[in-house]
Amino acid sequence: MFIATLKAECELEVWDCLSAVSDPELDEPITDMDFVQSVEVSEDLFVRVEFRLPTYWCSPNFAFLMAFGIRSEVMALPWVRGMTVHLRDHCFGDEVNDGVNSGRPFHEIFAESCGGAVLNEVVETFMAKAFDRRQEALLLALRAEGRSDAAITAMTLAALKRVRFTGPEELRQLPRYLELLAVKGLAPGGDAPAFPTWDGERIAPDGLQAHMGRLRSTRINMEFNGALCRGLGATRYKEVAIGPEGPTLVDFIAGRVPPREATDAGR
Amino acid sequence: MYKTPDGKEIFVLDGHVHFWDGSPENQANVHGKQFIDCFYAYHTNLSPEDQLWEKAKFEKYSEEDIYRDLFVDGPDDMAIIQTTVLRDFYKEGFGCLERSHEMAKRHPERFIVNGSFDPRDGEKALEYIHWMKETFDIKGVKMYTAEWNGGSKGWALNDPAAYKCFELCDKLGIRNIHVHKGPTIIPLSKDAFSVDDVDYAATDFQNLNWIVEHCGLPRLDDFCWIATQETNVYAGLAVAMPFIHSRPRYFGEVMAELLWWVGEDKILFGSDYAIWTPQWLVEKFWNYQIPEDISAERSGVQLTDAIKEKILGLNAAKLYDVDVEAMKTQLAGAPVQIAAE
Repeated sequence: MFIATLKAECELEVWDCLSAVSDPELDEPITDMDFVQSVEVSEDLFVRVEFRLPTYWCSPNFAFLMAFGIRSEVMALPWVRGMTVHLRDHCFGDEVNDGVNSGRPFHEIFAESCGGAVLNEVVETFMAKAFDRRQEALLLALRAEGRSDAAITAMTLAALKRVRFTGPEELRQLPRYLELLAVKGLAPGGDAPAFPTWDGERIAPDGLQAHMGRLRSTRINMEFNGALCRGLGATRYKEVAIGPEGPTLVDFIAGRVPPREATDAGR
Repeated sequence: MYKTPDGKEIFVLDGHVHFWDGSPENQANVHGKQFIDCFYAYHTNLSPEDQLWEKAKFEKYSEEDIYRDLFVDGPDDMAIIQTTVLRDFYKEGFGCLERSHEMAKRHPERFIVNGSFDPRDGEKALEYIHWMKETFDIKGVKMYTAEWNGGSKGWALNDPAAYKCFELCDKLGIRNIHVHKGPTIIPLSKDAFSVDDVDYAATDFQNLNWIVEHCGLPRLDDFCWIATQETNVYAGLAVAMPFIHSRPRYFGEVMAELLWWVGEDKILFGSDYAIWTPQWLVEKFWNYQIPEDISAERSGVQLTDAIKEKILGLNAAKLYDVDVEAMKTQLAGAPVQIAAE
């Protein structure tokens, strides 16, 4: 018998696993961005996830990547018997939903729907950007500690793991950086340099300044998207009411993200 | 005219404003509704709270509204109206040349109205360019490479059909090509807002000025690289501007990159009215300095008063052959008219 507490536990487990899915353009977990709207587990252990993006116009290939990510993560939970993903309020919503729930290989659906784009290449492009951003956070922190460019470029993976970071951004990014190093095989042992480029090149001490200029450019682009996405996501379902105190923003969609009581009231 | 705290008068030529009708009556389908809703989210997200508008006014504002917001309450001396037709989304178009021209002719000294065309229309696009030149004597156009047209979800500036159009623009003296390269607000093949096509077009059409609106964000680095190679590529600040309020450090990083790579003579202010109004943007801009640590990363570039004056009006005036001193005198003789309400 599927009792309410078990259902709630299963749903929490799904929420947890969804934090492994990132917005590819922003390199932020979709759960932190409040994209996931609802998770439901049925008595026969089928999962239904609804998500929503900051605008109706968000690029469809990002929407596909997130939908694929949601499906992969949820299906990897051992108890899940099946699942469906539903993208809401999006100009490509039907295509994304039909594609991701069709059971066909992701690369086929992606190529068909995104003008022949090659899934692996797009994923790799975004991983490279995520790598730059995570690396920059650590490099900035190390420089702020007063370490020289020579010391930083010579630092090994083992030495990086011993650094006691204190700032929230570098603490958050360190495990995420190490994860990408491992995925790409960029630092094969403890004595390998901790800060290679994404292409596996070593950075010379006198090349660090230029390298960081490039990382900064990546971050400026990603932050533009990030700031817009967060903001647009926050105001997408709001309107202005002019009261005696002047204008204020009023939410006109009730019940977002858990705990979620109302369902799309007011829409 | 923006008057600085120490009394200096700064000529403001707002390089990017709209006169749109996004009202439900004009929406042709759900895309039209979602398009204006998305603009409204930009407005509500990045405006100071006391500058927020109600939805109905935002969807469709009047001729009096635009005149008052830009020139009476706002510091603009002149404004360039950009045309964005979106004919697949709106029955009578979203921001149309004819409607803008009707509005602007009440104050011809204040407005420059730019046209627009879609190269995918082939011969018709060429006829239309002739018609715009003959009827309205346009000096520039706004290009929206991500616009839908039938089955097509976008085009590139270096498509052969586009080149035919630009050849004609060159011949007719339509010299300013504003290109929307900005946040992804229309679904499209992933490259519809890539800035690479600007590189080709700017190289092949040296007589034309290529103003990249939203300075290519979120592809600022690609844009900067191209702009340093080409003498005829400019950065429009629409959409980058409001970050001055919500994320001032971030705004400083963008300005430092632009000043370093693109240079002070090739950056143009734009409010993107009615998404934002120029009054608060210009005031904050005049009082803004790039934080020192950010400036130090780019050899100490800074927004001096002289550079701000160029960005706010002088640079755009050069592109549109506006004689600033003569225009100041003319406008001083015809001060803003406040309509009786």
